Amino acid sequence: MSKGTLFDKVWAAHTVGTLASGQTQLFIGLHLIHEVTSPQAFAMLRERQLSVLFPDRTIATVDHIVPTDNQARPFVDDLAEEMIQALEQNCKNNNIRFYNIGSGRQGIVHVIAPEQGLTQPGMTIACGDSHTSTHGAFGAIAFGIGTSQVRDVLASQTLALAKLKVRKVEVNGTLRPGVYAKDVVLHIIRTLGVKGGVGFAYEFAGTTFEQMNMEERMTVCNMSIEGGARCGYVNPDQTTYDYIQGREFAPSGDDWDKAVAWWERLRSDADAEYDDVVVFDAAEIEPTVTWGITPGQGIGVTEQVPVAESLPEGDRAIAQEAYHYMDLQPGTAIKGTPVDVCFIGSCTNGRISDLREAAKVAEGQQVATGIKAFVVPGSEKVKQEAEAEGLDKIFEAAGFEWRQAGCSMCLAMNPDKLQGRQISASSSNRNFKGRQGSASGRTLLMSPAMVAAAAIAGHVTDVRDLLKS
Amino acid sequence: MSIVTTITGPAIPLKGDDIDTDRIIPARFLKCVTFDGLGEHAFEDDRAQLNGDHPFDQTQYQNAKILVVNRNFGCGSSREHAPQAIARWGIQAIIGESFAEIFFGNCVAMGIPCVVADGETVERLQGAIATNPQAELQLDLANQTIFCGDITAAVMMADGPRQMLVGGTWDACGQLVAQAEAVKATAAQLPYVGWSKIVA
Repeated sequence: MSKGTLFDKVWAAHTVGTLASGQTQLFIGLHLIHEVTSPQAFAMLRERQLSVLFPDRTIATVDHIVPTDNQARPFVDDLAEEMIQALEQNCKNNNIRFYNIGSGRQGIVHVIAPEQGLTQPGMTIACGDSHTSTHGAFGAIAFGIGTSQVRDVLASQTLALAKLKVRKVEVNGTLRPGVYAKDVVLHIIRTLGVKGGVGFAYEFAGTTFEQMNMEERMTVCNMSIEGGARCGYVNPDQTTYDYIQGREFAPSGDDWDKAVAWWERLRSDADAEYDDVVVFDAAEIEPTVTWGITPGQGIGVTEQVPVAESLPEGDRAIAQEAYHYMDLQPGTAIKGTPVDVCFIGSCTNGRISDLREAAKVAEGQQVATGIKAFVVPGSEKVKQEAEAEGLDKIFEAAGFEWRQAGCSMCLAMNPDKLQGRQISASSSNRNFKGRQGSASGRTLLMSPAMVAAAAIAGHVTDVRDLLKS
Repeated sequence: MSIVTTITGPAIPLKGDDIDTDRIIPARFLKCVTFDGLGEHAFEDDRAQLNGDHPFDQTQYQNAKILVVNRNFGCGSSREHAPQAIARWGIQAIIGESFAEIFFGNCVAMGIPCVVADGETVERLQGAIATNPQAELQLDLANQTIFCGDITAAVMMADGPRQMLVGGTWDACGQLVAQAEAVKATAAQLPYVGWSKIVA
């Protein structure tokens, strides 16, 4: 049983009571909603004649279904139009703030909440989306929930939950050039497995995370769920406070000083007890690429697709399934694998620093013939910032399409989809079968810089070679 | 609210580790404002690829009530559409080697037990069902035991969620709402609740 960790302290501060089942009734400080997982929750409230208890602690945006090219209303897709209208109506009827397209604040829910200063240390944050773990970058306890639980949060601002165990995932040292936060988290998942984190909250600690900026920490926490951990967090520090200060919903004046003092007290104690501790060396991490159909099937870009016999026995069946689905041969190098589509964006890697890193690679280069490459900023604000810096021009000059903000081809609920057996180099978070909009489509996950490099080469390549030249 | 203690009926084996929610219900079927009609699309793309050989298409399993799966079932997204699709297809309980956490929580909130059995038990059950698809499988949740023909084995579900099902309190909403005053008191103690209001 963990003791003295940030997780323990935040959990205790938000505990309303113990339910008859023995579960905790936990207060949720910030509730984020979007168009896909909320309409049925509002319908359940109506059926039960319940109202929203704390409308000022829920915030809405639209992200999953939005087209990234033509955003004129009504949307071309009638079902997408029906979903956005339902969200508009539900927010209006329940007095919930909604950041709609064109507001300057719309975007992927896990991009906009931090950029508005809504995400703060010490909060509990829930959203009907598994990548809610992103917000843990600020020292919040943040996790994804299903629609019945969205209903529960709307009606009571609480959830019935069992406390998680806490695993300290420590990474120390400086990342080598060309190695990014995405590689760190893909490396962790590759090592601990996609189910290694079930039942745990991950505390990401050590000098590597301390050196990361907030956007890098968000990338790591975002993919906690791909490692099986429902939430992941980094203890707040000066980097966190510097990011938050001055944003719209950040505390100000006297409140700021009180806030920082409180946040400092929430940090895991030096003598905190953990249920488990694992330690990694940053110097061992390479640019990492997935070759299979789970995010744990990752390898360094200089490695070969593993042969089944080299894997633990329990991983062999899924490896066989992956060779067949991906049409990749065990023992062959991942470098050189041809790609058809290159996607830069998502709640994992659609922030300004991600676009800057990709633009550095793309600048002065040309997307290889026959490759479709596109960049989808994570939010309207990211798009504005990128355009102010001229990143859009760099991408367009190199042959990338420059789009509007949304989730896009991460899960392909909008018109951006793979076709047939196409294979993508993608900065998103999931390489599941059929994930990117084609039932037989294939996905290689990697960092945004590696995606840009793949677009230029036309195949998987080591971004470090491009950065050197 | 109904008590969930014993579920009895024919079962369906679905082999494979890490079956994710995108496979259970592909994202294109999430374009909806109700859960109606999701049942027919459960495992749609996997079924299409197996051309009739997917258990969810095989005639012998069409009246199954209990699904038997392997490791990390339901990993991936938080979409409740996944358990909703499985439930609307006809499944009332799931036995597996392990479950992804959000999927498990969604099932509890819907009154569907997900119980864990060791790999050997799951393999024996999957084999027994394949041999005799009409065999009745009985899940006794109160005693955490499964019966199927000559197989009797221990299964496990964490106490909290199991009590919610056995005690009929799995739909937590009413209990949570009843504590509104205590919720407000907890909120008032949290420093950040006063810092910024986000009312529309």
